Amino acid sequence: MSTLSRKDVAHLARLARLAVTDEELDLFAGQLAAVLDAVAQVGRAGVEDVPPTTHAVPMTNVFRADVVRPSLAPEVVLAGAPAAEDGRFRVPRILGEEA
Amino acid sequence: MTTDKLVDFDEVLTRYEPVIGLETHVELGTASKMFCGCSTTFGAEPNTQTCPVCLGLPGSLPVANEMAIESTIRIGLALGCRIATWARFSRKNYFYPDIPKGFQTTQYDEPLCTAGHLDVEVDGETYRVEVERVHLEEDTGKNLHVGGSTGRIHGADHSLIDYNRAGIPLVEIVTRPIPGAGAKAPEVAKAYVTELREILLALGVSEVRMEQGNLRCDVNTSLAPIGSLEWGTRTETKNVNSLRSVERAVRFEMRRQAAVLDTDGRVLQETRHFHEDTGTTSPGRSKEEATDYRYFPEPDLVPVAPDEEWVGKLKAGLPELPAARRARLSDEWGISPTEMAWLVNAGAVELVSDTVAAGAAPSDARKWWLGELARRANDAGTELAELAVTPPQVAELIGLISAGTINDQLARQALDGVLAGEGSPAQVVEARGLAVMGESDELVAAVDAAIEANPDVADKVRGGKVQAIGALVGAVMKTTRGQADAATVKRMLEERLTVS
Repeated sequence: MSTLSRKDVAHLARLARLAVTDEELDLFAGQLAAVLDAVAQVGRAGVEDVPPTTHAVPMTNVFRADVVRPSLAPEVVLAGAPAAEDGRFRVPRILGEEA
Repeated sequence: MTTDKLVDFDEVLTRYEPVIGLETHVELGTASKMFCGCSTTFGAEPNTQTCPVCLGLPGSLPVANEMAIESTIRIGLALGCRIATWARFSRKNYFYPDIPKGFQTTQYDEPLCTAGHLDVEVDGETYRVEVERVHLEEDTGKNLHVGGSTGRIHGADHSLIDYNRAGIPLVEIVTRPIPGAGAKAPEVAKAYVTELREILLALGVSEVRMEQGNLRCDVNTSLAPIGSLEWGTRTETKNVNSLRSVERAVRFEMRRQAAVLDTDGRVLQETRHFHEDTGTTSPGRSKEEATDYRYFPEPDLVPVAPDEEWVGKLKAGLPELPAARRARLSDEWGISPTEMAWLVNAGAVELVSDTVAAGAAPSDARKWWLGELARRANDAGTELAELAVTPPQVAELIGLISAGTINDQLARQALDGVLAGEGSPAQVVEARGLAVMGESDELVAAVDAAIEANPDVADKVRGGKVQAIGALVGAVMKTTRGQADAATVKRMLEERLTVS
C-alpha cells in the first residue's frame, strides 16, 4: 500500500500551480495512493532479462535536416493567447524569479 | 548600488581559497530551430518565427535537428570529451512564461558528451579546466517587462513574451569545479571562456556574439578557509554576458563572500544576478525553491546513438583548433609565446594570418596590426577587426612600401584614405598623389633649394660634420610634404656636398 502525505500532494499541487483546498488534499492523497498502487503492480512482473527501455519504438537517430520551413503568421500564433500586446504574448507580472 | 560589505581582493587570498566553475550556454548557428523548421534569424519581428512545435501546441511532434546534434558532438570532440554511444533528451518541468511548453527539452542523465578538458594559459602558467559534460537543449523565449522604471522585473506591471528564440538549439558546457587557481581564479575564468569562444569560432558552430546572447555564462564561486578540507557553499551568478564581466563577477563574489564568512555568516546557496553597470551581484531566486524539475525521458524523441563511424567522420572533419594553430603560427612567424599572447589579446591573430596569406611578410603584418592599426582602433574606441580596412588591403599597403612606391609616412596617409572609404591603398596613393618622388626635376630643385637656404649647414657638412646633413634632409622632406624618399634625398645631398 503506497502512502502519500498531504505534504506530498501540496508540493505537487504547487509545482503544477493548482489551488487545492485542505479537503481536497486528503481526497487526492487517497486517490493518488490508489493510482500509485495500481502502477506498482508492474513491479511484480519478472523482467530480470528485459533491458530497460523508455520508448515503445525501437528506433534511434531520427533527425531532420537543418532546413527552414515556414512559420505560422503572428496573428495566428497570438489568436490563442489570452492576451497580447505589441505582437507579443502578454502575461501577468512575474514575481520573485529574477532580481 | 550594492550594500554588500566587501573585503579587499588581496586580503581575501590571505584567508580563503576560491573554487570556481562555469556553465556556458552557446546558441548554435543552425538555420532552423532544434526541433522544428522555424528560422533562427536574430532580430525578426516578435513571434514571426514560431510554429506548433516550438509553441508546444497539442498534437505537435518534435524532430531533432541533425546539424545541431553534429555541432554538439564536434564541440565535445574539440574538448576531448567521451562521446556517448547512447544519449537521450529529457523534459525539465517548470513553469515560467518564457517556456511555452511547460517544460524545457534538455538532456539530463544521458548527455551527448562527458569528461573533457580545456587547457588555458594565464601569465605563462597553464591551468587544466575539466569539462564535466556538454549537452544539447533548447533556448527559451524573451521576456520584456513593462511598467517598471528600467525594464527590469521589479516594479513591472506585466510582461510581454516573444517566442522567436524559444527552441533555438542551445549547447550547455559545464566544467567541473576548478580549485587551486587562487589569486588567478578571476583570470582563469575569463581565459577559459575566451578560449572556449575561440574554439567555437574555429568549429563554426555559433556566431558566439556575446552582445547578442549567443554565448552566456553562469559563474559559480565559492570560498573555503585556507587549509580546509571541504569546499564552501557556492553561489551561481547568472547574466554574465561579456568576457570582462566573467572576471569581474568572480572577483566581486570572492570579495563579498569573504566579508560574509569573516563575520561568521553563512554564504547562501543561491542564484545571483550580475549587474554590468556596477560590476556587482544581487540575489535572485533561491535554489531550494526550484530544484524539483521532475525530469523524465522525452517520449516524443527517440534516443540518439552516435556510432563509431559517424563520430569518426566528425572527428576527421574537425578544423585545426586554436591552441594548435597558435603554436604552428608562432613557429612559422618565428615569434615567442609571449609575442603570440600579445596578438591574441589584441584580437589580431586571424588578421595577421590573413595579411600574411595575402602576401605580406609576417613581421610587417604584425608591425602594422599591433602598431599603427591598433592605434587607430584605440582612437576610434573599436576592435581591430571592426576597422574599415581588410587584411588584403593591409598586405597591399605593405607591398607598396616594400616596392618603394611609398614610405611609412605616406603609408599612414594612404591608410587615412582607405579608412575613409576612398578605395584600395593603390587607388588612394594614385588619387591623393602620395607616391614617393623619384629623382625628378622637382626633387632636384628642392635639394638645391635646401642647400642654398642653409649655407651654414651645407658648409658644416662639407667640412666633415656628416650628421648635420639630417637638417638638410628634413628641409627637403618638408618642402616635398613627406613625399620624397629620405634615403634618396640623403644620397642626392651627399653627391652635391661631395661627402664620401
